[in-house]
Amino acid sequence: MSKHRSVSLAQANYLRSLQRRQRRITAIQILIFVLFLLLWETAVQMGWIDGFIFSSPSRVLKTFGAMWKDRSIFVHTGVTLAETLASFSLVVAVGVGAAVLLWYNTELSEILEPYLVVLNSLPKSALAPLLIVWLGANTKSIIVAGMSVAIFGTILNLYTGFGEMDADKIKLIYTLQGSKKDVLCKVILPGTVPLLISVMKVNIGLCLVGVVIGEFIGARRGLGYLIIYGSQVFI
Amino acid sequence: MNPLLELDHVSYAYHTRSGETFALTDISFQVQRGEFIAVVGPSGCGKSTLLSLISGLLLPENGSILLEGRKETSFREKIGYMLQKDHLFEWRTIYGNVVLGLEIQHKLNDESRALVDKMLMDYGLYRFRGARPGELSGGMRQRAALIRTLALSPELLLLDEPFTALDFQTRLTVCDDVAAILRREKKTALLVTHDLSEAVSMADRVVVLTKRPAHVRRIVEMKFAEPDLTPFARRSAPEFQGYFNLLWKEMNEDE
Repeated sequence: MSKHRSVSLAQANYLRSLQRRQRRITAIQILIFVLFLLLWETAVQMGWIDGFIFSSPSRVLKTFGAMWKDRSIFVHTGVTLAETLASFSLVVAVGVGAAVLLWYNTELSEILEPYLVVLNSLPKSALAPLLIVWLGANTKSIIVAGMSVAIFGTILNLYTGFGEMDADKIKLIYTLQGSKKDVLCKVILPGTVPLLISVMKVNIGLCLVGVVIGEFIGARRGLGYLIIYGSQVFI
Repeated sequence: MNPLLELDHVSYAYHTRSGETFALTDISFQVQRGEFIAVVGPSGCGKSTLLSLISGLLLPENGSILLEGRKETSFREKIGYMLQKDHLFEWRTIYGNVVLGLEIQHKLNDESRALVDKMLMDYGLYRFRGARPGELSGGMRQRAALIRTLALSPELLLLDEPFTALDFQTRLTVCDDVAAILRREKKTALLVTHDLSEAVSMADRVVVLTKRPAHVRRIVEMKFAEPDLTPFARRSAPEFQGYFNLLWKEMNEDE
């Protein structure tokens, strides 16, 4: 109570209405999810759709329970998670490294730019089978498949972001007798942290896609393998 | 004794693919220790280029720039440079911002920290040393930027229109602040501005440049009957309008 002592009635009402609004939004979000599950289950139970093909929440739960019991769900999820995290970390490390290198050497970046654009626009997921052929059906090539989806976009995004830094902030470092390294460490890197975070948000999803596609083709474990294993039933 | 700064027939041109732009031709003047010099000229005449040359960020194509009678080829240690905007980094606290120069030059020690603390206290920012730049007013930010420059104990301060980004009221206050700080720390300063009243109110001498390619048109000494007036007080001194009109005429007269 003491915290709100100085708050006027109108302000308190306003804050309450904000709180009510937030609660309403959360409630409806949950409701939509529950309704969807109910509709799905009902549709299967009533025979509107074929449960063998479309599955149903109860079947999913049952399978999940069985896989929980024999621990296989942990094995497959764990493998995919580990591979995704590995390729994600490598993408961030290699991406930042390459972008810094290109920023340091503008001539190099001009030379490599068309190649980066072409590599970025390649349909990487379609090339996953090639990666498996080249590197073998092992964890390494699955991690590389995960990286291949995200790496070139990361380099291009970061390099562009580095170049958009306020020129006067860079000049400031030089007026303080800083070197190009100081510009990098004091301005470019700390100034592009928000960009780095948004790039990372996109990448974690892209890496997962790449890893699952890699697992489709070259794995005996992981969620991608599980999907393919499941779909064998229909062939 | 040598003047602190001496420019001797300095010229500079910018080179781009589309051609060559002559920014400065044949600039010569001297700055004595402790003086406050203002450089005025039409916009785009190369005033900022002049400061970049003096600081050593750019090298003159012809002529020479001597600091204490010596010629140096890299950024000069004894020069502090203030840009148009404060450029405080949002990702650092006020303290982190004012020690940036010391950090870059590896001069962050007990002695320099004490100097920074003293300046923060003297200029009313000590309470805000842990704050982010966004929490400060425009005038306070400009003072923080000045402390960042002064922390390196420069002999000569180059001020590149440091008040232009401020609103008029703040600008008058900050001019007084800066003039008082510079007088107190006994610094020599070279202010570049397009604001003639600012030049008259702050400078001991005003260098008038012509339009591009700029050369020195005239150097006018500001003589006020009453010494040591603050910039704000100078604005209402009897000599003010006369000097303003003189500079105005010089700047707008064709060759």
